[in-house]
Amino acid sequence: MSDLQITDAVRLPRRRAAHAPVGPLLPLSVSGLRLDIPRGTLLDGVDLTLPRHGCTVIMGPNGAGKSILLKLLHGLLAPTAGSVSWNGLPATEATARQALVFQKPVLLRRSVAANLDFVLKARGGNRARRDALLADVGLAHKARQPARSLSGGEAQRLALARALATDPEVLFLDEPTASLDPASVQVIERIVGEACARGTRIIFVTHDIGQARRIADDVVFLHRGRVAEHSAAAEFFPEPRSLAARDYLAGRIVL
Amino acid sequence: MQDIGEAFHLALSLVLSGDADLFEIVGLSLQVSLSATLIACAIGLPVGALLAVSRFRGRGAVLVLINALMGLPPVVVGLLVYLYLSRSGPLGFLGLLYTPGAMIVAQTILIVPIVAALSRQVLEDLHGEYAEQFRSLCLTRWQSITTLLWDGRYALMTVGLAGFGRAAAEVGAVIIVGGNIDHLTRVMTTAIALETSKGDLPLALALGIVLLVIALGVNAGVQMLRMSAARQASYGAAANV
Repeated sequence: MSDLQITDAVRLPRRRAAHAPVGPLLPLSVSGLRLDIPRGTLLDGVDLTLPRHGCTVIMGPNGAGKSILLKLLHGLLAPTAGSVSWNGLPATEATARQALVFQKPVLLRRSVAANLDFVLKARGGNRARRDALLADVGLAHKARQPARSLSGGEAQRLALARALATDPEVLFLDEPTASLDPASVQVIERIVGEACARGTRIIFVTHDIGQARRIADDVVFLHRGRVAEHSAAAEFFPEPRSLAARDYLAGRIVL
Repeated sequence: MQDIGEAFHLALSLVLSGDADLFEIVGLSLQVSLSATLIACAIGLPVGALLAVSRFRGRGAVLVLINALMGLPPVVVGLLVYLYLSRSGPLGFLGLLYTPGAMIVAQTILIVPIVAALSRQVLEDLHGEYAEQFRSLCLTRWQSITTLLWDGRYALMTVGLAGFGRAAAEVGAVIIVGGNIDHLTRVMTTAIALETSKGDLPLALALGIVLLVIALGVNAGVQMLRMSAARQASYGAAANV
């Protein structure tokens, strides 16, 4: 759950999508990232390097700073200290080439199709692309229905389709399958997997250990606003190095 | 009680007989108030939307000012417009004084703050919901404003109705800048004021009843339009790319 809304204190200058530079956005390099708010520190000393391809899963107990880290990487929040470098670009200049799917989908008060048209129009997309995206997420038959009448799973699939309509180089997903039924989870994992196979860099926040096992290439484990561990999924799940990650995977309470 | 019964009877007979004077007054009232509402919406809605999405030094003071202007006394507005439009005033060359145009100007000034303040509140709530998504999509301020105005259009119809209600019920400003001239600037409210001052209470009450029925009709019409448009937008043809 997003536990921090953008406030005046952390509001960033407005950016335009135009004149996006060419060249890959990855690798990502995060150094000494810190975010303070009046009531305390949410993230501190986060160092991270992500390779060009694959699916990174960010895990950790509630309040560990997962959603905050995602927003800092996406350029929605400004750090108090430290830097985010997308292959040399600051986070705020990379936002236009990325997309974020929020835990609670934010859908416009329009039809399902019009929600996609909204982003496709600005990017020169056409009706065929819209129909293909809707078919891909299993919503073609609901194109004319009001987006706000969709079920939770359908709404999240539409939000995912809208994110993919922007052809992002990096796709952030903030617990997109929280409280969804298994069928919707399966559809979302399939679509995310296909996007990843096409070369979209995936950064996925989840609490679901089973899901993380299925989709992760590498895992970043956050604890109390710090990176407790960052390792390949093949190493993390059988043998986590940090005590917090071991407790978390074992189902013990991690505070 | 006798007056009220007589007023109902007179109102009915005026309407049913197709009284030309009555319909002229009603027509001018609608023309003036609807024109003022449309112009005020054209000005006030973008201003409200801009205030909803903008953060700047002194924004709080601007909001207080706009909210305060919702309570502008009509006679003060009428007096100011009169001074500007009178022959010796800076806009006297327009020759608008004692015309429906002057009445539209006065009513527009009265209801722009209402439309701007109420739409700002409606759109700020909506923006609170959309803000992070807008930032993620890198929308420009203009794109954010147009999106908010479109998505908030049904709630904004109620804002427009509030403006229309204020305009249609207003008498102080239009009587100063319009002059209540028969067959030229006489509207429902000024006619009611005139008939009351003449002691013709049944006719004044009859006009009041007609005014209420018109206000009710306009509100009902907008409500039906709103419901129909909402259904259309929700289930109708999706916008083509």
